[in-house]
Amino acid sequence: MTEPVLSLSGVRKSFGALKVTDGVSLDVAAGELHALIGPNGAGKTTLVHQISGMLRPDAGSIHFRGSDITGFSPERRSRAGLARTFQITSTIPSLSVLENVALGVQARGPSPLALLRHAASDESLNGPARAAIEAVGLAERADVLAGWLSHGEKRALEIAMALTLEPAAILLDEPLAGVGREEGERLIALLKSLKGRYAMLLVEHDMEAVFALADRVTVLVYGRVIASGDPASVRADPAVREAYLGEEG
Amino acid sequence: MSATPALPDAAPGEPQAFALPARKRRPLIAIILFLALAAVPLVVSLGLPAHWLTLVTRAMIFAIAALSLDLILGVGGLVSFGHAAFIGIGAYVTGIMITEGRTEALLILPVIFVLCGLFAAVTGAVSLRTKGVAFIMITLAFGQMAFFLAQALSAYGGDDGLTLSDRSTLLGFKPFASRTSFYYVVLAALAGCYLLISVIVASRFGRILRAARENATRVTVTGFDVSRIRLIAYVISGMIAGLSGFLLANQTEFVSPAYMSWARSGELIFMVVLGGVGSLHGAIIGALAFLFAEDALSRLTEHWKVIFGPMIVLFVLFTRGGLVGIIGRLGRRHD
Ligand SMILES: Nc1ncnc2c1ncn2[C@@H]1O[C@H](COP(=O)(O)OP(=O)(O)OP(=O)(O)O)[C@@H](O)[C@H]1O
Ligand SMILES: [Mg+2]
Repeated sequence: MTEPVLSLSGVRKSFGALKVTDGVSLDVAAGELHALIGPNGAGKTTLVHQISGMLRPDAGSIHFRGSDITGFSPERRSRAGLARTFQITSTIPSLSVLENVALGVQARGPSPLALLRHAASDESLNGPARAAIEAVGLAERADVLAGWLSHGEKRALEIAMALTLEPAAILLDEPLAGVGREEGERLIALLKSLKGRYAMLLVEHDMEAVFALADRVTVLVYGRVIASGDPASVRADPAVREAYLGEEG
Repeated sequence: MSATPALPDAAPGEPQAFALPARKRRPLIAIILFLALAAVPLVVSLGLPAHWLTLVTRAMIFAIAALSLDLILGVGGLVSFGHAAFIGIGAYVTGIMITEGRTEALLILPVIFVLCGLFAAVTGAVSLRTKGVAFIMITLAFGQMAFFLAQALSAYGGDDGLTLSDRSTLLGFKPFASRTSFYYVVLAALAGCYLLISVIVASRFGRILRAARENATRVTVTGFDVSRIRLIAYVISGMIAGLSGFLLANQTEFVSPAYMSWARSGELIFMVVLGGVGSLHGAIIGALAFLFAEDALSRLTEHWKVIFGPMIVLFVLFTRGGLVGIIGRLGRRHD
């Protein structure tokens, strides 16, 4: 069996007395779309923060592409090929879509901090950025300021920004949250088109989307993994039905 | 996409300030500004008050410092309240070296750049660990540290300051000696700094610096070390402010600890805010407006500071985007 791209073992995190991550182990294989579901406050976002380096776990380890990244800064994880999106969309509102996406191209390419090199006219940045924008279906919006995009478009923009990092894995924190039906369908189609090319950890409340996309599903409740497996068996799991799916009706 | 809100090209509201047309307008205002500055000596020779030449020279010197502050404050979003320290270091290095018989600018300037760069690197590395008000307070504290250090320099005037025996020279020539040639030297320095900072702002580095002001988290997860980028900007800014200290010492032929008082740092911030934060040419306009207002008020009454203070507060309260914002809004009305 090949080694997973991303693997967590025994990760723990508490805020005061609250155990938000309570010994979580999970992994994501190359090309796999692994969905992480769980009720509000289960600790999904906190877990994504720990994987992306924005929070340090109290205990446990995180391995990525064969090396222990538990102590890496977020920027170092990004450079190592671990990209993420945010539950609350996070873009640079006063930069255009093209400029936002070009940031990632710049980060990956040579001389990312050149002091005197004009950025806006740089085809070595804009070319790959346009390709990523096209891939997420925002080509017509390339010159619009990110702050002016619709919610769904911002979600797509974040995915384009992640793609330019040439990542091995992408963490997606509720990419469908707050998005209308039609835009949601476009985003699901977009995620489907990315499936197989990247290892993806998808946090999502939309069960229809989860069961349409996921190769594997892990259920988190109160910081603990209560079930993990292929979508059908997780759906059938009585503990899951009681703790989580039951609420959905 | 269907859920897209209608997006008129010139919609009103906040993001307008960043809209593309405003960016394109920038070079035109800057060109007019520099042409006007270049014409000042001619206009003065045709009969304007002679002290205008001195006043505009002084304003341009402060404009260089304000420009350098705009790089970190306006572009980088870092409110440094100790920027006058760099003017002071530049001025003191100039004063001390001239006193010691070293008048050559090409000798003095490298010393200024190295010392200002070092001071910025050390104080910046500490200050940039903090954010917001804490950052303001720490930069203020470092500024005051430089102020007290200058007061303690008893060999070079201490509290009373140091009168320069001479002005600098450049490769044996004396371009700093006559009022008109000094004016053009300062204008050239200002233009050079404006070009350099404009190029930096439009560069790959500048784009990241600007992006980090708006959303540091996003820039971080994109793979950039935000603190390091801010530190580089802080060092560049400090070195450029050091240049204005060199010019100031040459103009006044005097240096004193007052050059680096916290009040002076506050004035620099106000010049940037007055002109319009982050626009670069706004910092120049702000410095000119500030020094002219100060000059006019101080002629009216010796209690001018009592009037000037409230004027500043009212201005900040009632205008958005500073003088450049007002010019921009007027310009838009004619489009
Ligand atoms: N910085 C923090 N300090 C203290 N408590 C926190 C902090 N961040 C999150 N929490 C708490 O940790 C718990 C888990 O939060 P988290 O955001 O990870 O949940 P989630 O599974 O992403 O929920 P949702 O589905 O609503 O996004 C919540 O009870 C939250 O209030
Ligand atoms: Mg969450």
